[in-house]
Amino acid sequence: MPAFINPTVVAHLALIFMVMNALVLSSAFMVWMERKVCAYIQDRVGPNRVGPEGLLQPFADVLKLLAKEELIPQSADKFLFVLAPILSCVAALTAFSVVPFGTELTLWGWLPEPVPLQVTDVNVAVLVVFAITSMGVYGIVLAGWSSNSKYSLLGGLRSAAQMISYELSYGLALASVVMLAGTLSLREIVMAQTGYWFYVIPKWYIFLQPLGFFIFLTAGVAETNRAPFDFPEAEQELVAGYHTEYSSMSFGLFFLAEYVNMVTVSAVCTSLFLGGWLGPFLPDWMAWIWFMVKTLAILFFYVWMRWTLPRYRYDQLMEFGWKWLLPAAILNLIATAALIIWLG
Amino acid sequence: MDANAIWFFVFGTMAILASLGVIGQRNPMHSVMLLIVSFAALAGLYILLDAPFTAVTQIIIYAGAIMVLFLFVVMLLNAHTEDDMGAVLGPRGMQIGALLSVLLAGEVVWALKPLGLGYFNTDQGTVSSISSVPRIGMAIFTTHAFAFEVTSILILVSMVGAVVIARRQH
Repeated sequence: MPAFINPTVVAHLALIFMVMNALVLSSAFMVWMERKVCAYIQDRVGPNRVGPEGLLQPFADVLKLLAKEELIPQSADKFLFVLAPILSCVAALTAFSVVPFGTELTLWGWLPEPVPLQVTDVNVAVLVVFAITSMGVYGIVLAGWSSNSKYSLLGGLRSAAQMISYELSYGLALASVVMLAGTLSLREIVMAQTGYWFYVIPKWYIFLQPLGFFIFLTAGVAETNRAPFDFPEAEQELVAGYHTEYSSMSFGLFFLAEYVNMVTVSAVCTSLFLGGWLGPFLPDWMAWIWFMVKTLAILFFYVWMRWTLPRYRYDQLMEFGWKWLLPAAILNLIATAALIIWLG
Repeated sequence: MDANAIWFFVFGTMAILASLGVIGQRNPMHSVMLLIVSFAALAGLYILLDAPFTAVTQIIIYAGAIMVLFLFVVMLLNAHTEDDMGAVLGPRGMQIGALLSVLLAGEVVWALKPLGLGYFNTDQGTVSSISSVPRIGMAIFTTHAFAFEVTSILILVSMVGAVVIARRQH
């Protein structure tokens, strides 16, 4: 057996495989949850035919999408038209790679050195997430442009404007947490939240950075193009926005990217503000369950908000982003910095 | 040849080919995309130099923010092909351009030659000291504070200028 096949390498490969599949599966589960929660909010039953409680509905949908004909508009820029959904998906799936979701494991001594539950630990992880999220815009913008249709173009333009506007607040909210933790590594940020105040309140950054948490969550919703900020695909005005001309699985890829992005934003939010995998009662090797519970809670909040709040107007979105959220984020950053210096 | 050298040639070739593509083909949208590829390849080179912070900021600022603006402008203009530069400049203009680019290439070679290739082979200690985030922050806000502030004012001036130009049309 060659030397590079050893338990550590196998464990890392298994981790990559698991994370990829978990992301894709969780986006399928999110589709189900979205339809189910939406149905209950609107006093309906929701999908209940395929599988128990309709749980297999997303898989049926994917099978249907795969069987559909792939259409490419004649006047489209073919290369970019095909590239756009791939870009979206790659960006969405890569961003999760630096998110830690559990403690270091040796699998009861099987592994010679402990392997952290995380695809890769980069010392600038927070910035990596930020960079990959900002690359995700290209998929949407290119889809909008290459379709050569006015609805798509408008959707793409809106998306670009929206993401640039909210990325600033998003970045500043990240910066406040980075200052508190004194590190850019997500694993170290989670570790910095270990412990309790007065034996009951966990030392999570949400309690130190409530405004930062709110800004991050809001900007995260805008970044993932979710209601009430879902302008790129506002169906009443833009048909379906940037993916109007897409069909079959390339449409499915956009869908997948959108839900995976939601999962990633929630996971990053969990790591930054809710103490990641830290939590009481569970042994170390099961700590990832806390991570999943917290991430799921944020995801549920997203879905809940989508079916509760109506869409803003476009000018309101821009005004909110630039005149309220950004100044609030800057103030939060300055206040955090001042407090850190004052309290040492 | 070690893995680093192979990656260096991969990213280097990618950056050069993409940059040639930016000026070589006429679709402005494809030019923007190729420029992004070129920036991404540069980020790869930074990672090889053990400077992940520089690499990530390269992606965030150049590939992520500035190129989105480029894309935005190209989309709004909705130009599907660039003007034929030969027709704009005329044969004399093309000749002068060729002469200038040869001069520039010569100048770059002349400027870089005394440094030699060994100049880029810094040892691990120096490399890790310039790539650490706190050190970069310290350098920017103490040693180079003046240059940093001047740059900020420069950007502010251009922003104010853009606002003035945009408002004048009303």
